[in-house]
Amino acid sequence: MAPFWRRSKETAKERLRLILIHDRIELSPGKMEELKDDLREVFKKHLNVKTEDFDISVSRKKDSMALEADIPLRDSR
Amino acid sequence: MGKSIVITSGKGGVGKTTTTANIGMALAIMGRSVVLIDADIGLRNLDVVMGLENRIVYDLVDVVEERCRMDQALIKDKRYRNLMLLPAAQTRDKTAVQQEQIAGLVEELREEFDYVLIDSPAGIEQGFRNAIAGAEEAVIVTTPEVSAVRDADRIIGMLEAEGLHDPRVIINRIRQDMVKRGDMMDIDDMIEILAINLLGIVPDDEDIIVSTNKGEPIVLNNKSRTGEAFRNIARRIEGEELPMLNTGREKIVQKIKRMIGIS
Ligand SMILES: Nc1ncnc2c1ncn2[C@@H]1O[C@H](COP(=O)(O)OP(=O)(O)O)[C@@H](O)[C@H]1O
Ligand SMILES: [Mg+2]
Repeated sequence: MAPFWRRSKETAKERLRLILIHDRIELSPGKMEELKDDLREVFKKHLNVKTEDFDISVSRKKDSMALEADIPLRDSR
Repeated sequence: MGKSIVITSGKGGVGKTTTTANIGMALAIMGRSVVLIDADIGLRNLDVVMGLENRIVYDLVDVVEERCRMDQALIKDKRYRNLMLLPAAQTRDKTAVQQEQIAGLVEELREEFDYVLIDSPAGIEQGFRNAIAGAEEAVIVTTPEVSAVRDADRIIGMLEAEGLHDPRVIINRIRQDMVKRGDMMDIDDMIEILAINLLGIVPDDEDIIVSTNKGEPIVLNNKSRTGEAFRNIARRIEGEELPMLNTGREKIVQKIKRMIGIS
């Protein structure tokens, strides 16, 4: 049997998970990128953000979903 | 009052009609009175799968438009007299029926039958809305493929919006060889991702085509494992708690236990 990372069921599962997240929040992966870019600019305006590490993602809890942003800040000291 | 259940899906061709025919037949074998409604207007199929196509005189639209009485349109099954079919019309007119009309029909039939099973068209158009009107419960059929499961998720959302909560899912066309190779998504993963209850698992089986060729639903074959899968689904609908057919790989321990006869 193929090693687990090459079994197509694992690929299917991961793809399905992502597809459903975007379907459910009605935001395509492309639009999500745009949102991320916009957010990055907004934060940059007010804060010293490490823009290269800026990331947003959708997390799924039991009954709800949330947009989580990871906004690493530069320490200017 | 009987129970009304719609059999639906997002993606087409996943096995709704096959499932409706087999669950209906299985419930009839168990002694329940059952009526099957073919709500796939314009694409009548359930009659063929049931082997009842030669008996059709009137159809659902004739009843709705009062061209005949309900009892004139209902077709009695050849094998089980407690099983009936209300065939779909073959009209191209998409506005041939209204949601309220179907709901009324279902309500009327619930008075007389233990189960009203509604075979729905695929998709999210008006036909789908018609089919779910009047249903108290929903069963979603999917195959273990990304596209079909994705569409199932859309349907779950839509059912919810229409007030049909907690639908249950049947995963159809599981292939044992592909499960073993790791090329078919795990049932548990699909259930978890969809956040839905599992009603049953049905193997992919070429005998389904043979049974459709003959117009004899596979539950009529006592020796068929696929028939057993459908019989188990019918029993779960009746409220029994049954383990799922083992479609995954048997754990070594279980295998040894089975071989030495302690399981
Ligand atoms: N478990 C199965 N194994 C093999 N073939 C199947 C199975 N379930 C359905 N099929 C076949 O798939 C096709 C579509 O099934 P059908 O019940 O008409 O789907 P739907 O009503 O969802 O469009 C049919 O040719 C049917 O014989
Ligand atoms: Mg069909």
